[in-house]
Amino acid sequence: MSTAIATPKRGAEEQATLVGGGGKLKHHHPLTPYALCAPYLLLLLTFVLGPAIFGIWISLHNWDFMLPNKPFIGLQNYKDLFDSTSVIFSPFWRGMRATAIFTVASVPFLVIIPLAIAVLLNRKFRARAFFRAMIFAPFVLGIAVVGVLFNYLLDAQFGLINYLIGVIGVDPIGWIQTLPWAWISLVGMTVWWTLGFNTVIYLAGLGNIPAEQYEAAELDGAGAWGKFAYVTVPGLRTVLVFIVTTTILASANMFGQSYLVTKGGPSDSTRTAIMVMTEEGLRQFKMGTASAMSYILAICLGLISIINFALMRERNK
Amino acid sequence: MTKTFNAADTGGAFLRNRTISRRGLLGGAVGAAAGIGLAACGAGSAGTPGQAQSAPGGGGAEGYDGPNVELAYWNGLTGGDGPIMKKMMTNFNKEHPNIKVSMTAIAWADYYQKVPAAVSNGKGPDVGIMHEYSLATNAARQVLQPLDDVATALDLKKEDFSEKVWGAGIYQDKRYGIPLDMHPAGLYYNKTVMEKLGLDPEKPPTTGDELMTMLDTAKSKKVQGMWTSALSVFGLEFQTLVYQFGGKMVNDDGLSVGWGDEPGVKALTWWKSLIDEGYSPKNAAADGNYVSFNNDKALFMINGPWMTTPLSDNKKLKWGAAPVPQIGDSLQTWSGAHHFVLPRQVKPDANKANASRVFVNWLSQQSLLWATAGMVPARKTVRESPEFAKLGAVTQFAKEIDYVNFVPAVPGIQDIDPIRDAAVSSAVLGRKPIADALREGADKANKILEANKKKYG
Repeated sequence: MSTAIATPKRGAEEQATLVGGGGKLKHHHPLTPYALCAPYLLLLLTFVLGPAIFGIWISLHNWDFMLPNKPFIGLQNYKDLFDSTSVIFSPFWRGMRATAIFTVASVPFLVIIPLAIAVLLNRKFRARAFFRAMIFAPFVLGIAVVGVLFNYLLDAQFGLINYLIGVIGVDPIGWIQTLPWAWISLVGMTVWWTLGFNTVIYLAGLGNIPAEQYEAAELDGAGAWGKFAYVTVPGLRTVLVFIVTTTILASANMFGQSYLVTKGGPSDSTRTAIMVMTEEGLRQFKMGTASAMSYILAICLGLISIINFALMRERNK
Repeated sequence: MTKTFNAADTGGAFLRNRTISRRGLLGGAVGAAAGIGLAACGAGSAGTPGQAQSAPGGGGAEGYDGPNVELAYWNGLTGGDGPIMKKMMTNFNKEHPNIKVSMTAIAWADYYQKVPAAVSNGKGPDVGIMHEYSLATNAARQVLQPLDDVATALDLKKEDFSEKVWGAGIYQDKRYGIPLDMHPAGLYYNKTVMEKLGLDPEKPPTTGDELMTMLDTAKSKKVQGMWTSALSVFGLEFQTLVYQFGGKMVNDDGLSVGWGDEPGVKALTWWKSLIDEGYSPKNAAADGNYVSFNNDKALFMINGPWMTTPLSDNKKLKWGAAPVPQIGDSLQTWSGAHHFVLPRQVKPDANKANASRVFVNWLSQQSLLWATAGMVPARKTVRESPEFAKLGAVTQFAKEIDYVNFVPAVPGIQDIDPIRDAAVSSAVLGRKPIADALREGADKANKILEANKKKYG
């Protein structure tokens, strides 16, 4: 961040002195950068890269960690996932479909609503800090708490929401038993639960847009919308890339909401890909297929992230 | 920028002076991490899979007089039954000064994930509890030790228990579980609501016709008498009726399910009609049957004996329990059972092995106290004791002992549960015709059973 703030000219000057100084760079031992990175690298290797590579190995086997016999089957697990006659084809792709529906339905709300709230909270008014804290508060709760809370709210017979809509004469709705209400419930609770996080990121981004740009826009005759469209949004471009990417990833990894509130139902409509993997790998102990599934999901998410970066990079260069 | 550079410089100087020790330290850390990784991978294949570990002291029959030992006892009794089990354990500890048992309760779903992982790392408990439907899976996955020595040494025979529950502990001719209890589904009736509707609160229905007559009385007075939820009916409610209509959960060959055709269709048609014809609200929550019953809004629910504890806690509630009514062709009911198990030990300890067996034998004899948690004791002597006859609702569940149904000992049998649940649920919600939903579900379930047969052999 600090480099982004420093004006390019200054940075270039500094760099020139450093490089121009010839041997000056060798103030440190050649291993210093590696040593500084080592603690992080060690954690990354042990807990991220190591298991990830081990996961590829597992996905090439019929793997149950308790059975002494873990036959190597090559790419069979991956083939099964693309073979419509196999046992795991339909649960997996139905899970992927559920994940896709949830992502497409939730990401726009999680990107736009926090932006609107952030713009509002960026103005100066009384009790601003209070509202900022309130907006962020639900994010602090664990999914278990949120799940229990919404189980009460969404209950078809005794729930508060059906009681309230009953007061204005609307028939009770099966919030978790019927479609599309199950999806609406899941998206609604997710937006309520996590919008505070994106709002805070937006607020930080808004704080970095220099006031002079707004003044200049005003001098050029821009109204409120003009300032928003031509100053705020371009100023938030990097923040937007970050938010869209992390929100897509978070939504694609949705698990707790479905698991605790709809239990994957009605039928298996809201059983997400992650739930399918949990069932396959941790309850049925078929870790080979579960790993293969997670790699397919990871590849899909990787592709989406690349497309996302490509779409949102600055075009006028 | 400058500041950062200085800091790096200091670090560099510092490093230069101490390169070797730093590098040594890093090397050591990497080595240690690799060691942990290897140990974690290796443990799974270590040990002696499937082999009975020696049990000096005659399988627990002769007591334990060795040095002081501590036993880890794990189970999934996180509900109202947990404190009762804890009390039994405390009693055991008092009587056996040289054995100290400590209990850990983990919710069942997590428990069945954690125990295999712990066993493979050599950190498994000494004694555990498992349901009868999990025994075969865990036996095949070498999580459990065979217990034939315990049964022989204690001279336990099927006559001491009931034939069905005793048989449920066997997988591939070896015994893996000593039965503690059975928990069959039964009928709960709400006396307050029955009185209000002019029904005799001491005469619960015993047949499907009697039940429907009472439900009609309730319906005529605007009471929805038996709440049914698409989110939970696939459990013991659907399964009890499948057994009554002549079906099975899984056929004895372990290769096909027995709910995909007629018995399943009949069972589900009965349950769905409760919703369609207004004996239950639409879109009831998963625990709607219990919540409505507990709030005097419903007449009946079919549920397990574990419900006796929360219902007894509600002092305003007047209720009774009875065997399930005969709705289908014969009187049958679903049942679960808790079995004691001895998880495999990577490093067997003869003293602990012996003390564990003493503990299991003692607990299974003391199951009268356990019956106060609503569970039907597996031991005949306890069931036929005068003290047991004085207990309340649980004696009603005990009457069902001759027609309880357990699933056959098929490893991985629980893998088909999500398929069955989704099929039943989509039929009840009207998303698919009953017969289609069950047949499609059964086809998928049969494929899983076939794949499991290959996996477990």
